[in-house]
Amino acid sequence: MTIVHETIQNNPDAMMRARDVSVYYGDKMAIDNVSIDISPDYVTAFIGPSGCGKSTFLRCFNRMNDTIPAAKVTGLIELEGEDIHGTSMDVVQLRARVGMVFQKPNPFPKTIYENIAYGPKIHGLGEKKADLDVIVERSLTRAGLWDEVKDRLEDSGTALSGGQQQRLCIARAIAVDPEVILMDEPASALDPIATAKIEELIDELSGRYAIVIVTHSMQQAARVSQRTAFFHLGRMVEYGPTSEIFTNPIEERTKDYITGRYG
Amino acid sequence: MSSPETQTAGGPTRTDAFAKRLAKRYRAEKRFRAMGLGAILFSIAVLIFLLGNMLSNGVAGFQRAELTVPIDLAASGIVADEALLTSIDAVQRLEMQGLSAVVSAAAEAELGAEGAAQVDLDGWREVAAAIQSDPALLNGASEFDLATSTDLASGLAGEGSPEMQALAQQLSADGMLAKNWDWGFLTRSDATGPQKVGIWGALKGSMLTMIVTFLLAFPIGVLAALYLEEYAPKNRWTDFIEVSINNLAAVPSIIFGLLGLAVFLALFPNLRSAPLIGGMTLALMTMPVIVISGRNAIKAVPPSIRDGALAVGASPVQVVFHHVLPLALPGMLTGTIIGMARALGETAPLLLIGMRAFVATPPDGFTSPATVLPMQIFLWSDEIDRGFVERTSAAIIVLLLFLLLMNGLAIYLRNKFEKTW
Repeated sequence: MTIVHETIQNNPDAMMRARDVSVYYGDKMAIDNVSIDISPDYVTAFIGPSGCGKSTFLRCFNRMNDTIPAAKVTGLIELEGEDIHGTSMDVVQLRARVGMVFQKPNPFPKTIYENIAYGPKIHGLGEKKADLDVIVERSLTRAGLWDEVKDRLEDSGTALSGGQQQRLCIARAIAVDPEVILMDEPASALDPIATAKIEELIDELSGRYAIVIVTHSMQQAARVSQRTAFFHLGRMVEYGPTSEIFTNPIEERTKDYITGRYG
Repeated sequence: MSSPETQTAGGPTRTDAFAKRLAKRYRAEKRFRAMGLGAILFSIAVLIFLLGNMLSNGVAGFQRAELTVPIDLAASGIVADEALLTSIDAVQRLEMQGLSAVVSAAAEAELGAEGAAQVDLDGWREVAAAIQSDPALLNGASEFDLATSTDLASGLAGEGSPEMQALAQQLSADGMLAKNWDWGFLTRSDATGPQKVGIWGALKGSMLTMIVTFLLAFPIGVLAALYLEEYAPKNRWTDFIEVSINNLAAVPSIIFGLLGLAVFLALFPNLRSAPLIGGMTLALMTMPVIVISGRNAIKAVPPSIRDGALAVGASPVQVVFHHVLPLALPGMLTGTIIGMARALGETAPLLLIGMRAFVATPPDGFTSPATVLPMQIFLWSDEIDRGFVERTSAAIIVLLLFLLLMNGLAIYLRNKFEKTW
């Protein structure tokens, strides 16, 4: 069903592993038997036309679909060999380990400092103010935002520009030191310059974190990812190294999408 | 597309017909603006008339006719030490020493028999109160402003019998009768005559009742709104509860009074007229308003904030208390203001649980008999005596000021929360 390029081998040390995952909204099947490995060694991009289920699938990895009452997820998803739906894994703990960045920047209506410190605080990562200060500076630095905001940490996070807000959200996700970062079209609401900065940032963060990015911009997938999965109508049609998917797609539908015939 | 307009020079928007339609559109807008302005001016005029009427009547309600009587307490032979004056029955013990007679004699000497008869019968109690607060008065002679009888007061106002009007004219010409600012109105409680009434009992009753209402309705309303929005599954039961709450907000207030009578007074029969029961009854009425506005405020919190908090690993309770509640609080406070303002002005439900009783002493707690401001206004407006008209207006002013103060506090709190978040 899914065409997996031969260059992709099953990775025994994958950070996250999805096997035969299906998602239903009520009776409607939104994702049909998808299997994939996520690793910090590469950035994985999910591409596909609107409504193909790529965001729905992404939200399985930190169980954000739990918040939708009608959604049902079947199949197996593991984080370092542990079933994320199993009894040994708590959803709060899972979300601390698998961070998420959303399509629209959604900083909390609090100060920049509070935005970053919130996660570490609720997880008890910074006991003292000094510890939190270190985490805030480190997270903002990694998100490439420290120099821009270091003098205005007490300003509201919502007062920043759209691109800065999105980097603030990335910094917020980094602050709890996750192993995986899920990005749901993180640049679709931003202008080209802010987009370029986000893409640069993804490049810098890869290796340290396992990054999965959903995008409907094929150029963006080509620029930031090393693996690409093409989704269509709830199925993962083709999965392979980004360079191969874009230069030498096997499936007809992938070829049509990449050449811009639909989507 | 072949209408004659489009064929004339320069396309459909450059014809005379278009210019006419445009002018008509502008005229319509002007008319609409004028009507809106007219509506606002009318409302302001009505408001000014109401407030003006209330103030002009009410100012007189804060005054009362008083007779000036010099009393030589040093010569009266009344003695009192600190122990006597601080004892519970100090007034009775002063009466036993003949204070009442001393005051009558002084009044008669100053005003003549006819005038002295118009000093309020309880005038000596005011002298006793003055002595209690300042025992040094016993060592000398001083002037006391004593309330007049109701008859003389209406005589001073140019009403009542011709004899009384003549007496009032004569006494005020002698400088012994005047309308004085009556601070006692704010510290006394209900009484039988308009000269002796005060608003404090009802004001304190209202405050105690509102405290009970707020302490019950706000937390219960907010928690109910949070549970229904954040936790409750969407099924037939929650639909039923939602419909019930909406209906509850529309139930006529007197029905809540019946409920209070049937349930609360059946449970606590000896708490009739108590602010506790009144507050509980009004809380029933206020709670649905808070629940409805609270749910709307919670719905208005963007889902992206919830998602953001969940995605960094906040538990559902943390999402609610760290993010949703602070953002929804201003909206909830708005609903609370509306509900509490309605509760403050409510009389009907309180009629049924006995808060319309004549209560001459201010309530000393949540369980002692009390009345409330709107009820006091209602009771006074029912009185035959002419002097109560002004007192009623004065009570209305006190009620409006209390309302203003309460709402001002809530708006201040709301703005404060809006700033920090």
